[in-house]
Amino acid sequence: MSATTGQSWRDWLLTDTPASRRQAAWGERYRLWCSFRSNGLAMIGLVVALAMVVLSLSAPLLASYDPGTQELANRLARPSAAHWLGTDELGRDVWSRILYGGRVTLGMVVAVVALVAPLGLAIGCIAGYFGGFADRALMRVTDVFLAFPRLILALAFVAAIKPGITSAIFAIVLTAWPPYARLARAETMTIRNTDFIAAVRLTGASPARIILRHVVPLCLGSLVVRVTLDMSSIILTAAALGFLGMGAQPPSPEWGAMIATARRFILEQWWVPTIPGIAIFVASLAFNLLGDGLRDVLDPKQR
Amino acid sequence: MIKIENLHVHFGAVHAVRGVSFNVPAGASFGIVGESGSGKSTVLRALSGLNDDWTGSMRIKGTQLAPRRGKDFFRRVQMVFQDPYGSLHPRQTVDRALSEPLEVHGMDQHERRILQALSEVALPPSVRFRYPHQLSGGQRQRVAIARALMAEPEVLLLDEPTSALDVSVQAEVLNLLADLQERRGLTYLLVSHNLAVVAHLCPMVGVMQGGEMVETVSREDLRAGRTVHPHTTELRRLSTELEEA
Repeated sequence: MSATTGQSWRDWLLTDTPASRRQAAWGERYRLWCSFRSNGLAMIGLVVALAMVVLSLSAPLLASYDPGTQELANRLARPSAAHWLGTDELGRDVWSRILYGGRVTLGMVVAVVALVAPLGLAIGCIAGYFGGFADRALMRVTDVFLAFPRLILALAFVAAIKPGITSAIFAIVLTAWPPYARLARAETMTIRNTDFIAAVRLTGASPARIILRHVVPLCLGSLVVRVTLDMSSIILTAAALGFLGMGAQPPSPEWGAMIATARRFILEQWWVPTIPGIAIFVASLAFNLLGDGLRDVLDPKQR
Repeated sequence: MIKIENLHVHFGAVHAVRGVSFNVPAGASFGIVGESGSGKSTVLRALSGLNDDWTGSMRIKGTQLAPRRGKDFFRRVQMVFQDPYGSLHPRQTVDRALSEPLEVHGMDQHERRILQALSEVALPPSVRFRYPHQLSGGQRQRVAIARALMAEPEVLLLDEPTSALDVSVQAEVLNLLADLQERRGLTYLLVSHNLAVVAHLCPMVGVMQGGEMVETVSREDLRAGRTVHPHTTELRRLSTELEEA
């Protein structure tokens, strides 16, 4: 019975003659999902990334200790049944700190992406669509931000305000948006002069409507790809800021900061700094694989 | 309906259109022929408002056109583009393409109007939720024509509407355009490099060369070979030679 309903769902989604707008839209999504699903590495990336998000969200359920509880008699312990991934230099349970640290680190990534993508998209599309003075002004501002090395600008920004998670997020946003603006502008410039945009202009639609409803959807594909590929470098920047003491402040567990405080022990108690390093590595790799897969599916030039 | 006097268009240093004037009465068709680069499409783009860098005088129904057009202009004048592969948004269904003019102009009864437009251009209702890449070239051009008709315009500007299609489909689209004109009383301004296409649809033909309109001739005179300007004679000779070959 369930097999037949599954079959009819597929038929409903894949039909050549959808009966409603909703069916046509879901059919298109289902086709994208099918072509994504056939990419093994991308599916691994998706599963791992989702697993990490779920694990950090359910940290209170899975953590065996409070991430801040110190147990100085048992510091730098090897992984054991009591402490699955050992303890750090203050005797805190590393497994619990990794789980809670995922909330901070991945939360920073999500916050940065949620701010950067719309900002870059808006600036790039406006510059690309209107051209002329708006384009020159916005692109020179972009160039100014691109001129500084990313981490140094972020460092200077955080140091000027106040070290902490919020200012780290804004610092990363400030340094991460220019490539998005460039990308969106380049896409918009190729779309701007096509006949289908001319046709929309001839319906009398306003520039805002044209950009939002006709230009942005076409830029979105390459932007999503860029975002997922960038997530790993955002994780690394967040970790680097944490490592340098400019991101999350102790005792808040953040992967980069965990490596920073434990780096003294890398020769004798190597697992203490290595485990958050592995977490960063796995998260970056998962997002990279996901991004590659999304590029194959979403990038119109590769279809 | 359309009255153009002394139209000049510049692209930087290039003087693309040099003082073109012509008249199209309401409900009539006027064709412009010429070689590539003769400025015929430029006239159309200036008239449609896509190119606002022109001088001279253009009137539609007696109203002088400004470089920037208002919404009422776009309800009155619509355009069909040359390449049906490029003139439909690749990520939008036929339904989206057709409902866009309705939304922009705040028109009602979307459902009824869309179905009616599809039947008017002889497309089955099943194409409504297809994407352009699922349609053939002829079907796409029909969708483009349907979209141009959504806002119920009085003037249709046709920029080589058949040149991207193969010959049998060309005839279908031309017949469709002729039918629509009869049914709706549309005024056509057709641009083409193909004399046969222009002569099929338009009783009056303007010939352009190097940005100037060198001759305006009636279809009958053109068929009979009563042409004045050597360029018209040349175009006609090439076209008949091509047909015979």
